[in-house]
Amino acid sequence: MTGVISYLVFFLILALILSIAVLGLNLQWGFTGLFNAGVAGFIAVGAYVMAILTGPARDAVFGGFGLPFAVGLIGAMVAAGFAALLVGLVTLRLKGEYLAVATFGIAVTIQLVCLNWEYVTGGTLGLISIPNPARALADGPLAQNTLYLLIVVLVGSLAFWCFERIVQSPWGRMLKAIREDEEAAASLGKNPTRIRLESFVIGCMAMGLSGALYVGFIGYVSPSDFLPIVTFQIWTMLIVGGSANNRGAVLGAIIVWAVWTTSGFVISKLVPTEIQAQGGAMQAILIGLILVLMLLGRPRGLIGERISVSRHARF
Amino acid sequence: MAKHAVMANKESQPVLRLSGVSKSFGGFTAVDNVSFDLPNGAIGGLIGPNGAGKTTLFNTLAGMIEADSGQVVLGETPIHDLPPHQIFTAGLARTFQIPRPFQEMTVLENVMTVPASQAGEQFWNNILRPRKVAREEQANREQALSIIDFCDLTRVRGDAAASLSGGQLKLLELARVLMADPKVILLDEPAAGINPSLMVTLVDKIVELNKRGYTFLIIEHNMEVVMSICDPIMVMAQGKLIYRGDAEGARRDPAVLDAYLGDLP
Ligand SMILES: Nc1ncnc2c1ncn2[C@@H]1O[C@H](COP(=O)(O)OP(=O)(O)OP(=O)(O)O)[C@@H](O)[C@H]1O
Ligand SMILES: [Mg+2]
Repeated sequence: MTGVISYLVFFLILALILSIAVLGLNLQWGFTGLFNAGVAGFIAVGAYVMAILTGPARDAVFGGFGLPFAVGLIGAMVAAGFAALLVGLVTLRLKGEYLAVATFGIAVTIQLVCLNWEYVTGGTLGLISIPNPARALADGPLAQNTLYLLIVVLVGSLAFWCFERIVQSPWGRMLKAIREDEEAAASLGKNPTRIRLESFVIGCMAMGLSGALYVGFIGYVSPSDFLPIVTFQIWTMLIVGGSANNRGAVLGAIIVWAVWTTSGFVISKLVPTEIQAQGGAMQAILIGLILVLMLLGRPRGLIGERISVSRHARF
Repeated sequence: MAKHAVMANKESQPVLRLSGVSKSFGGFTAVDNVSFDLPNGAIGGLIGPNGAGKTTLFNTLAGMIEADSGQVVLGETPIHDLPPHQIFTAGLARTFQIPRPFQEMTVLENVMTVPASQAGEQFWNNILRPRKVAREEQANREQALSIIDFCDLTRVRGDAAASLSGGQLKLLELARVLMADPKVILLDEPAAGINPSLMVTLVDKIVELNKRGYTFLIIEHNMEVVMSICDPIMVMAQGKLIYRGDAEGARRDPAVLDAYLGDLP
């Protein structure tokens, strides 16, 4: 019984952490129509900055400032937002698939930098011994994880509330106008470049926050955690849950993460050991299959978008 | 909507001045050295055969395509170097020949999108100053509903724009630009594809708005509409402006008759 509960707590922590990144992507793609194919890169920026800011000092590696957890979260968001600003200023004139290609390339670059810039990122080994605040406050793994889950729920709820606020508003209406018809929106006085940039930066800040919470939980950061498969998972979560709906984004994160972890478990039990090494590939195929079926059968996701945007313009 | 009444004084000073506006696509000159003035308070008519360059001229005025040369002055402000959104805020609004609504948004919010510098368009105000945003939205909503009513769209105000008929979309185009109180409104074929009874309403509305002080420049193929409400009339053919004057003169002008192959409809 405690085994099940422990597992459920562990599962929810990761699902909710991922859901924050999905909220960010939802802002970009769901509301603004920006195709960010580099989600993993911005999660990585948040994760590494968290590790550098809150981790212990160590020889021959930059950082390890030992700052408080909350400072780490904020720093991670700021850093991811800043990275997004730089990327956005160069790429946001690119639209549609061009933006997708550019952001994908940037994410791969970020991952390679993490892998090779040993002085800052610890190279292939990554950075370890990142303090988890729940460890200091509770005894035993279950209590600690439950406490961390509470932190994630708090931070996640705050993020969710902020996203709902800023999206169900005149600002959100502008994003959607840009998504629907950028030239028409511009001809009605809206500045597409500014709006796209704001949406991109805020969305990436959520991805940075997600990365920071992840590192704070597992206690280390390694470049292999930020492969393009992560971007793919986040996208599937958004499409399954329902693009342009924040509740859909969270629901999609939980469902897809459940499928991912369950399939990993099933594969490890049922698949012959000789081909266990291909387990990850099988999971990826499964997720891809869900994505395709969803796009064919229910392209609006489980919870579709509502047509009124602003809270003040409903009937 | 409340606009200070400016009388349609025919020779009052121009609100829109074009000089030498040209635009080519590759080797093809779509707009060829067009110059004219539009008096404040007028309903100008821009006519010409298909492919004459009328929509292209609107696109250059609105900044959606960059003119190769020429100046455009709105009131006192040169606008030919501004991006589209700044041209709109400077006071030049346009509608599209083929309507371009925000499909997955309600009619109400298509219209509420328009006012410039809404407090809620700064994302942080939605967290830090929700009351101010709510107050503004309330006023915005009321204004939008009254314009929607004026445009006979009340029945569909809560529907997605994607579900509207062609005629309703034309009215939605008009409703959106009315939200901004522009100095000049460019209408690209407002009556195309709408049924005859709606056409009469639309013409009445344009005349009523003009009486309230709005200045229009209208591209329209329906000659009855143009001849009855537009003055001055500008005629374009093959990119060039071939006539500017009143309706009677256009009917007798040899170049105009030639462009329309002798029978001005
Ligand atoms: N983006 C473009 N690229 C190339 N040619 C174009 C472009 N836009 C317009 N044209 C050409 O310029 C000419 C003028 O087109 P425009 O749409 O301005 O005509 P119009 O007077 O509005 O005609 P209509 O009454 O049929 O709407 C046409 O020959 C058209 O094919
Ligand atoms: Mg045209």
